[in-house]
Amino acid sequence: MISQVETLYLIASFLFILGLRGLTAAHTARRGLILAELGMVFAIWGTLIHPDITRHLDDIGWFQTYKWILLTFFIGSAIGIAISALIPMTRMPERIALSHAFGGLAAALVGVSEYYREYGHIDHTTMGALGFEVLFGGLTFTGSLMAFGKLSGLIPGRNITWPLQNQTNILMFGGTFVLLVLVTIDPSNQVLFYAMAAMPLLLGILFVAPIGGADMPVVITLLNSYAGLAASATGFALNNNVLIIAGAIDGASGFILSVVMSKAMNRSFRNVLFGAFGKVDEEDATLAASGGERVQEASVGDAAMLLSGAGSVIVCPGYGMAVAQAQHVVGELAEILEANGTQVRYAIHPVAGRMPGHMNVLLAEAKIPYTTLMELEEINDDFKNTDVALVVGANDVVNPAAKHNPASSIYGMPVLNADLARSCIVLKRSMRPGFAGIENELFFAPNTVLTFGDAKDTLTKVVEALS
Amino acid sequence: MLEIFLGLYIFMLAAFVGYGVIKGVPALLHTPLMAFTNAISGISLVGSLVAAGAHYNDVSTVLGAIAVLCATINVVGGFWITDRMLRMFKKQDPKADAAGDAAS
Repeated sequence: MISQVETLYLIASFLFILGLRGLTAAHTARRGLILAELGMVFAIWGTLIHPDITRHLDDIGWFQTYKWILLTFFIGSAIGIAISALIPMTRMPERIALSHAFGGLAAALVGVSEYYREYGHIDHTTMGALGFEVLFGGLTFTGSLMAFGKLSGLIPGRNITWPLQNQTNILMFGGTFVLLVLVTIDPSNQVLFYAMAAMPLLLGILFVAPIGGADMPVVITLLNSYAGLAASATGFALNNNVLIIAGAIDGASGFILSVVMSKAMNRSFRNVLFGAFGKVDEEDATLAASGGERVQEASVGDAAMLLSGAGSVIVCPGYGMAVAQAQHVVGELAEILEANGTQVRYAIHPVAGRMPGHMNVLLAEAKIPYTTLMELEEINDDFKNTDVALVVGANDVVNPAAKHNPASSIYGMPVLNADLARSCIVLKRSMRPGFAGIENELFFAPNTVLTFGDAKDTLTKVVEALS
Repeated sequence: MLEIFLGLYIFMLAAFVGYGVIKGVPALLHTPLMAFTNAISGISLVGSLVAAGAHYNDVSTVLGAIAVLCATINVVGGFWITDRMLRMFKKQDPKADAAGDAAS
């Protein structure tokens, strides 16, 4: 029986990796997804015939054996499908954060359940694995809930700080780690175990609380990585290889993405996690310094005229586009301009939005062909030969101060060269600074005009004016 | 003791394979990638299923059942939403596609 289970797990692991490979190109991605789904079916099938489950089958019948599994599986599927089918694409970061929370919770619960069951005969290595599982699981659970709260506006999105924050956080993290070591040495000490299980729950909250909205992409990817490590640790605790493999893949994915995100912000992990970005007093100083300059305001008609006269346009979307749900009207505008013979492309900064790839999904939703969605390095040299750069709800990612002002807190961060286009139209709700809390030089440039208002309303009017 | 080393080898190799493959995923697909790996890591469902179905004791069963619920939301929901996103990624407008087909 066990060899059947392992065979099914082996097939599942193979299909997972093959499926992941499909994701390296847009046209093979769906095929990859189907392979991974098939892999999951094999993994679940393998588990349902696991000897630990089937050993009671003859005594209590299949219904008694599988009733809890069936019930929770169907409820879980219904919830999963409902959330996934109904949630708007603009709220994808929240959806992902929430699913990390579920993943972390599941791992932590399995860990506690294992400890409770095996209590008294757990060896040191299994205990170590269980400890990691509960630690990463709990940390991921509350950390992701915090991230979810911030992204959905239930908790203030700005960084929440308090005195000696980093010191207490590090101290607590160290304390949790010491507990982990102690409980590994003495697995029979229940007090130690449950204390160690509770600490990460608090830590998750404390770690994410000071991190502001614009740093969310790093937090989400890091939690993604932790969720994977928690799953992998579960595999170690249960001696289950498919769990180790799937968890390792998830962990690697989260790690790669967080490196990409950190690079795109020119900041180290340490800086994101421990340095609350843009202290409030510094922000005020920069704001005051540039308060004297004036911006050029453009009416909807002016903006429409600039766009209709342009031979080439590059759209620079940011989080504001997601907030205003303006992606569809961006697509409509592009269609009109293209019918006019204008070349329209999109410059996607890696940290535009609140998670990696956020803007791409939104623009794809608006039926914009993905061949026109360009990465920063691909398109940045083309701005200087472009007539109009249209900035829709982006701020820090188009701030030229990052290129030449060492005093700026985003100095060194790669930015889109929107300032180099012949003219630049910025759609903005108000003159409030972006999430980094600093003023944007682009707005005061001589070739920049600003059109104030909700991006969706403004663009709708532009579309009306042009059609 | 040997098992843990076997596990560590598997972890190490899987992490390298994962790293190598995922490096090749374009930024375009990073959001679907997150949803996808999230669904896959819902594989902790496997552990939860055993806890919920093995009738070790009531506490394990209840904790396991909650874990099955959470993991299922991730697996089913994760695959569902990845598919929903991937369906949206189109090379050209459907209209242009049709025109292209007619021309060829």
